[in-house]
Amino acid sequence: MLVEIAHFALAMALGLSLVQMVIPVWGVRRNDIALARVGEPAAISVFVLLLFAFGVLMYAYAVSDFSVQNVAENSHSAKPMIYKLTGTWGNHEGSMLLWVLIMALFGALVALARTSLPDRLRAGTLAAQASVTVAFLLFILFTSNPFNRLDPAPPEGNDLNPLLQDLGLAIHPPLLYVGYVGFSITYAFAIAALIDGRIDAVWARAVRPWTLVAWIFLTLGISMGSYWAYYELGWGGWWFWDPVENASLMPWLAGTALIHSTIVMEKRDSLKVWTILLAILTFSLSLLGTFLVRSGVLTSVHTFATDPSRGLFILIILMLFIGGSLALFAWRAPMLRQGGLFAPVSREGALVINNLFLAAACATVFIGTLYPLALEGLTGAKISVGPPFFNATFLPLLIPLLLLLPFGQSMAWKRGDLLGTAQRLAVAIGIGILATIGIFATTYGGPVAAPLGIGLGVFLISSALWDLGERIIGRASGARAIWSRAVGLPRSAYGSALAHAGVGVTVIGIAATAWATEDIAVMKPGDRMTNGRTAIVLQQVFPRTGPNFRELVGRFRIEIDGKERGDIESTKRTFITRNNMQTTEAGIRTFGVSQVYVSLGEIQPDGSVGVRMYTKPLMLLIWIGSLIMGLGGALSITDRRFRVATPAKARSPKGPQGSTGGPSPQPAE
Amino acid sequence: MPLRLAAALVLLAVTFGPALAVTPQERLADPALEQRARQVSAGLRCLVCQNQSIDDSEAPLARDLRVLVRDRIKAGDSNTQVTDFVVARYGEYVLLKPPFGLHTALLWGGPALIFLAGAFGVWRIRRSAAGKGVGESLNAGEQAELARILEKG
Repeated sequence: MLVEIAHFALAMALGLSLVQMVIPVWGVRRNDIALARVGEPAAISVFVLLLFAFGVLMYAYAVSDFSVQNVAENSHSAKPMIYKLTGTWGNHEGSMLLWVLIMALFGALVALARTSLPDRLRAGTLAAQASVTVAFLLFILFTSNPFNRLDPAPPEGNDLNPLLQDLGLAIHPPLLYVGYVGFSITYAFAIAALIDGRIDAVWARAVRPWTLVAWIFLTLGISMGSYWAYYELGWGGWWFWDPVENASLMPWLAGTALIHSTIVMEKRDSLKVWTILLAILTFSLSLLGTFLVRSGVLTSVHTFATDPSRGLFILIILMLFIGGSLALFAWRAPMLRQGGLFAPVSREGALVINNLFLAAACATVFIGTLYPLALEGLTGAKISVGPPFFNATFLPLLIPLLLLLPFGQSMAWKRGDLLGTAQRLAVAIGIGILATIGIFATTYGGPVAAPLGIGLGVFLISSALWDLGERIIGRASGARAIWSRAVGLPRSAYGSALAHAGVGVTVIGIAATAWATEDIAVMKPGDRMTNGRTAIVLQQVFPRTGPNFRELVGRFRIEIDGKERGDIESTKRTFITRNNMQTTEAGIRTFGVSQVYVSLGEIQPDGSVGVRMYTKPLMLLIWIGSLIMGLGGALSITDRRFRVATPAKARSPKGPQGSTGGPSPQPAE
Repeated sequence: MPLRLAAALVLLAVTFGPALAVTPQERLADPALEQRARQVSAGLRCLVCQNQSIDDSEAPLARDLRVLVRDRIKAGDSNTQVTDFVVARYGEYVLLKPPFGLHTALLWGGPALIFLAGAFGVWRIRRSAAGKGVGESLNAGEQAELARILEKG
C-alpha cells in the first residue's frame, strides 16, 4: 500500500512541477506577485513528495520487500543493512529517483533561500528548474518506474552487484549527483536571466553560492569515484580516461570555469554573455554525462539500439534542454548589455585566460570521448581513444594553466603589473625551483617529469600561501594590526587560497605516481617479495566467510627498511548470492601519505598464490588535494557577501516590477 | 547508479577472475625485453573490455595478446613491428593512441583548433571594444569638459 502511495506521490510531484513551471512565468508576465510566487510553495511541496517517495523505496529495500520489482532485482535479504539502504540508488530506477529528489531539493532551497533574490529572478529560476524536473519525472514514470510490483513476489532477491557493495561507491553517486544536479540551478538562473533580458552583478552574486555548492560536491564525487576505482578494481590506477569518468570531468571543467567567470562578472560587470553560455553548457554537459552513462551508448552502439526506449527518452530530454537553451541564448544574448572592457594584464584578464584554457581542456575531453562514437556512426570505422591521446592533448592545456594560476591570483583588478606580480611571486617561484632541483638531485636517474611536477605543485602551494600572507601582513605592523587584517580579509580570499593550494597538493600526488613501483610473483607462505625499501612476507592463506560472500585471505607482513610495520590483508571474494562473481579487495596500508598496495591473484595448484605488490609514494595527496579544494570552496560560500542582503531586498515587496527599473545595484566591496 | 557502474559491469562481464593482469608465468626472463613488452601492451586495447589496456586486463583475450606480444618480442621484433603486427590482425581499434590520419584529423587537431579559435575570439572582442573605446575611463580633459557641461545644465 505504501508503495502505491509513493507511486501516487511521484505523479503528484509531476503535477505540481507543471504548476511550478507555468504559473510563475504567467505571474511575472501579468506583474501579479501572488501568482509569480506560487513557484515557491510548489517547489517545497515537490521536494516533500519526492522525499516521501524516496523514503518509501528505501524502506522497501530495508525490509527486503521483494514484491517491488526494483528491490527484487537489486537486493538480497542476506545483504548487510548498510548496503540494503545504499542499494536504493545502486540501480537505474532508484538512481534516477535520487536525481530528481536532489533536483527538487535545490528547487526548494532556492524557494527558501533567505538571501534576497529579485522576485522575477526567483520566479523565473524556479520555473526553469521545474521544466527539467518535469522531464525527468516523465522519464521515471514512463520508462524507469521504481514502484512496479511483482506478483507473485519472489522469495529471494537478485542481490546488488558486489562491486557496488562498498562504502566508497555507496557515497560516490549521491555526491556526484548533487554536483550534476546542482548545476541545474545555475542553468535555471541563466534561463531566467535570458527570458528576463536582465543580467548584472546581482545575478552573479546570486548564482555564485549555488555554483560553488555544485562544484564542491562534483569535486568530492569525482575524487571519491577515483579512490574507489583505485582500491576496488585492484590494479592500483586512479584515473583511466574512461568515457564514464570523462562524463563527470567535463562538467567539472566547465563548472570550474563558471566559478571564475562569475567572479569577473560580479566584480567587474564583464563577461556576462560568456558566463550565461557557460552556465548553460555546464548543465548541458551534466545532462550529456547522464545520457552517455544511462543510455548504454558507450558500451556499444548496439545495446543502445536494442533497447532504445530509455536512451531515446534521455536523448530527447538532452536535445530539448540543450538545443532549447542554446536557441534562447542565440536569440536573447545579443540584447544583453555587454560589460566593460578588461585590460589583458589584470586579474580579470588572467581569469579570461583561465576560462580559455579550461574551456579548451573541456572541449578536448569532449572530442576525445565522443569522436569515436561519431566516427563509427558516420563512417563505420572503429578507433579507440585512450589515455595516450588525453595525455598528449589535455596536459599541454593544463600545465600552462597551472603555471599561470598564481600570477592571476596575485594580480590586481583593472590594471595589473606583470613585472610587479612576478616580483611579488619571486619567493614562491624560488621555492618551486629549489624543490625541483632538490628532488631531481636526490632522485637522479629516475623519471624527469616527476621533479618538475612536484616543483609545479610546490609553486602552487607556496604562492597561494604567500599571496594570502602578503594580504594579511602587507604593510601592517604589530600583532594587533595583523590580527585585524586577518579577520577583515573576506572568507572567499581564504577559500580561494586554500582551493588553489589544494590543486598544488593534487599535482604533487599525481607527479609522484611516476615513482610508483610494481612487482608480481608467485608466493608460498613464508616467501618474501622485496622492492626498494619495502618488503612483504606472505604469512598465511586461509578461507573466511562473510554475510553474503566467501573469501580467500592472504595475510602479509610489511617490512620497511627491515623493520616490521604491521600486517596487510588482501582478499579475493566470491559472492555466493550473485553467480559466484568474484571481486578483489586489495590490501592497502598507509604510511603517512604513501601506500603499500597488495592484491591477490590466482591460486596455483600447488597452493601458492599470485601476488601483485605496488608501492605508491605520496599517492594519497591526489585525493587529499581534492578535499582541500572542496574545503576552500566551502569556505568561500560562507563569505559574508553571500549572506548579506543586497539593495534589491528593500525593493522586493513592491512586487515583480520593483526590481526591473533603475540601475542595477552594485556590490559593495 | 554510479557513473562507474557501466565500466565495472562491462569489466565484470568479461572478467570473472581476480584482478591481476600480467601473471608471473607470462613474464619474460630478460627484464629489458619484459619492460618493452609492458610498454607495448600498455598501448594496446583489450578488445573485449571497456577502455582497458591488455596490460591491465585479465580477460583471456588480453592474456592471449600479451603472450603474442611477448612471442614477437622474443622473436626479435621492434616495438613498432609488434604493434603493426597486432594492428594488421585486429585493426586500428586495438590502438589506445589513435593513429594520425585523415579520419582522425579533427580528433588530433580539434583541441588546438578550439584553443586558437577561443584565443582569436578573445583578441577580436578586445580589439573591437578598444576601437569603440568602451569602458575606457575619461581623461582629465574629458572630465573637465563633462564637469563644465553638467554645471551649465
